[in-house]
Amino acid sequence: MSIKVNRVNKTFGEFVALDDVTVDIPAGSLTALLGPSGGGKSTLLRVIAGLEKPDSGLVEIEGREANHLPVQERGVGFVFQHYAAFKHLTVARNVAFGLEIRKRPKAEIKKRVAELLELVHLENFAHRYPSQLSGGQRQRMALARALAVEPAVLLLDEPFGALDAQVRKELRIWLRKLHEEVHVTTVFVTHDQEEAMEVADSIVVMANGKVEQIGSPDDLYDKPANDFVMSFLGPVTKLGGQLVRPHDLELFTVPEQDTVAATVERVTRLGFEVRVDLNVNGRAGPEGGPDEVWAQVTRGTAEQFALEPGKTVHIRRAPDRLVQPARSA
Amino acid sequence: MVKNSLRVVVLAYLAMLLVIPVSIVVYHAFNAGIGPVIDALTTPAALHAFQITAVVTFYAVLANTVFGVVTALLLVRYRFPGKRILNALIDLPLAVSPVIVGLALVLVYGRTTGTGRALADVGINIIFSIPGMVIATVFVCIPLVVRAVAPVLEEIGDEQEQAAATLGAGGWQTFRRITLPAIRGALAYGVVLALARSLGEYGAIAVVSGRLVGRTQTVTLFVQERYQNFDQRAAYASAVVLVVTAIVALLISRALRPKELVR
Repeated sequence: MSIKVNRVNKTFGEFVALDDVTVDIPAGSLTALLGPSGGGKSTLLRVIAGLEKPDSGLVEIEGREANHLPVQERGVGFVFQHYAAFKHLTVARNVAFGLEIRKRPKAEIKKRVAELLELVHLENFAHRYPSQLSGGQRQRMALARALAVEPAVLLLDEPFGALDAQVRKELRIWLRKLHEEVHVTTVFVTHDQEEAMEVADSIVVMANGKVEQIGSPDDLYDKPANDFVMSFLGPVTKLGGQLVRPHDLELFTVPEQDTVAATVERVTRLGFEVRVDLNVNGRAGPEGGPDEVWAQVTRGTAEQFALEPGKTVHIRRAPDRLVQPARSA
Repeated sequence: MVKNSLRVVVLAYLAMLLVIPVSIVVYHAFNAGIGPVIDALTTPAALHAFQITAVVTFYAVLANTVFGVVTALLLVRYRFPGKRILNALIDLPLAVSPVIVGLALVLVYGRTTGTGRALADVGINIIFSIPGMVIATVFVCIPLVVRAVAPVLEEIGDEQEQAAATLGAGGWQTFRRITLPAIRGALAYGVVLALARSLGEYGAIAVVSGRLVGRTQTVTLFVQERYQNFDQRAAYASAVVLVVTAIVALLISRALRPKELVR
């Protein structure tokens, strides 16, 4: 079920949350809304759900104009960052809520709830209360509750934001798998670029209420539209005033074409990767101090060059990996 | 040392103001045994006073429960012009003497005013009758339910309500299935407080009711009237009933309070 957002604006007093936002989300996709906090991504999600009214612009769900549909009739499943669990109801009753509102027969509700609890691996927790579950379990319950009403689209607002790192990683992979099983058009909000890259098949990068770029994770990483997208997705460093991916810096022991000389400041081993902090000789950086660059190399390279503080190397951007923004931000 | 001396001071203070007077009332009520107490409480005038108190309390608590929940929802969940003024007005009954409330009601609804005459012409008497007494009691109790419920509404936030809406629940369904269960404890606490306050109201009722014995006399008015007519047995006995009811209500509220407000 596709979602179309056309030229939507939304302000809260003086604050512009959405500034002429246009996004097409194809049916069956798993899309991430990615950006720094305050960038408008949660507002966009809430506008799609009908929890906020846009000041202007159009929202379409399944090709149907949805602006005037109340939240109850939009057919969206919504998952909140802090779970929004119904604390006075058991896990099973939480999941059954939407079906009970729709007055489905008792037997059907029971069967469907059992299926969903199995899907989210909570079949043994049906009679517990939300307060007796861990954060990850609560969020899985919230997902089952949202899926129970067979929504046209599933919207998740920072679904893993309140969970600790380990559980977050597990749930990411699990959400990816769940999407492969259920195939409902899914949009999730995150400020974690790694999460967006790992889970989504399409990413909408937002900042200051505007869409910066829309594309696949590979597109955004390899062909960022501007400096903002490039620095938000993946590591960057600056060489000669231009953004470079640190793993796209080539090191030489002798000068080559286009290389500059640099002194090794520090070598940090991070497992397989080695971070090399460099100081480009004789060049002032943006704040007037030395021009500092860092390169990401493999352990083998570091050993081959015998990198250590004080050593001089020659660096350049790898010519075959010209990752640079299409336009400057 | 400091702790112990503080304890003595506080206990002495409470004893002087509360424990000794109440004990003496109880003693005077029962100093001739239980028989005269039962007799004093079963006279037609006493029974009628209990009945009037029950009726006034019932309607006042009912009105305050509905009004309190609606007002708390309005104050916590919505933004509107005049919200701060409404918020301040809610606490006004705590500051204004109930006697003044009674006088104000007489000025608005009394027989000598246009409003009062117009209502009397269609057969509605506010002053010197039950409706006026209910209004006076409602006014005095206004803050109790609102102030018990509002902080809990604030604390639970509106995400659960939004979740219910995305699952298809309308406004009333969301209130009944999600909001009401969440505020249940706080609401019960507020209702019990309003109940205790309504039972004991004297000042506003005294002005508005006209103290018509056998017609608009509540238990508090009955206590006062019997005492002045040297029927101290009846005065003390019904006072004890009021005290015991209030203590039971407060014990119930204690039991309800920790779950919602202390957590």
